[in-house]
Amino acid sequence: MAEEVILLDYWPSMFGMRTKMALAEKGVTYEYKETDPWVKTPLLIEMNPIHKKIPVLIHKGKPICESLIQLEYIDEVWSDSYPMLPSDPYQKAQARFWGDFIDKKFYDPSWKVWGTKGEEQVAAKKELLEHFKTLETELGDKPYYGGEVFGYVDIALMGYYSWFIAMEKFGDFSIETEFPVLTQWTKRCLARESVVKALADPDKIIEYANILRKKFGAE
Amino acid sequence: MANEVILLDFWPSMFGMRTRIALREKGVEFEYREEDLRNKSPLLLQMNPIHKKIPVLIHNGKPVCESSIQVQYIDEVWSHKNPILPSDPYQRAQARFWVDFIDKKMYDAQRKVWATKGEEQEASKKEFIELLKTLESELGDKPYFGGDDFGYVDIGLIGFYTWFGAYEKFGNFSIESECPKLIGWAKRCLQRESVAKSLPESEKVTEFVSELRKKFVVE
Repeated sequence: MAEEVILLDYWPSMFGMRTKMALAEKGVTYEYKETDPWVKTPLLIEMNPIHKKIPVLIHKGKPICESLIQLEYIDEVWSDSYPMLPSDPYQKAQARFWGDFIDKKFYDPSWKVWGTKGEEQVAAKKELLEHFKTLETELGDKPYYGGEVFGYVDIALMGYYSWFIAMEKFGDFSIETEFPVLTQWTKRCLARESVVKALADPDKIIEYANILRKKFGAE
Repeated sequence: MANEVILLDFWPSMFGMRTRIALREKGVEFEYREEDLRNKSPLLLQMNPIHKKIPVLIHNGKPVCESSIQVQYIDEVWSHKNPILPSDPYQRAQARFWVDFIDKKMYDAQRKVWATKGEEQEASKKEFIELLKTLESELGDKPYFGGDDFGYVDIGLIGFYTWFGAYEKFGNFSIESECPKLIGWAKRCLQRESVAKSLPESEKVTEFVSELRKKFVVE
């Protein structure tokens, strides 16, 4: 019986992009279902009743929610190729720590820098730059966050890559100027087909950011 | 080389309680070090420079931060007995989902129950009870969240039980009347030695919260 994998996702979602990258890394074929999270369809509500958010990974009819949890699930189920998490428990704990840091700390200022105005936006920019610095420092001299191999933390952060352009435009800063080492890392990741195929068109992201800015009153 | 395990913790922390329980479930000897959060030790700041929070698990000199990450680490390193996470990838994803739900929703919601008053507190109570009911619904008729065996989600939630007395006192409501099955579950967990040894007395927590509340609420 064929494996059935469905991904409920929304094209601009940095979280959905992570799951797309992971599925591609593992060579998993899946059905992509464009799902606008602002419109709570019956399928979305059925598959993610608690949060009603995307992405939702549906495997053989059963849902897995939350992108980082999806990454671990994908790594465990399709374990015969391209391990995304290290096998050593300590290294694994470090990888999970950084995934958690990105979602706990980086996420908020990453959207507030383009989605808010005035003092709130200024504070968000300051915080965002600090977190970029922390992430660049953690990368250090390594080609990837996990070391020699592209993995979990790289995917967790590259999911945001399509939105870097919006952060730079509305935050009025250049990631390449401020964070050259991180920029090299993004270029290294962008050489991977799984990454490139998962990302959104930057022009479309800016267009969408503009729509959301009006909606949030940031204009 | 000996296994040296140190836990930097703060006695009323529902997060520290998770790690204490996990270590005891596995029969791991550890050194418990009480931190004064108003005067954090150099060791804490060195071992958790990013968040500067407890609990911090230090294993053979290397730190693991974030309680849910610590519990998974403990499960992977001391894998010889009392498995905490299920072995099936889908069940693991579900367990991770619920601890993530607890982390994302419970902490903020419970804080507002004891740290506010008036209308804000009433609204917070309502929200908090909804959360507990969601969790109770997920528990269903099972003895533990994972089924027949005590595990990851039980460990993730049980620490909050020591704070229930405080919520009830300051929120002026009875959790048992709202969620009797959840209380039944908590008492079942408390029969485990690892849990009983790791949780402070509810009265002491209520006393602690009483002092803390003075900082936020003028009665």
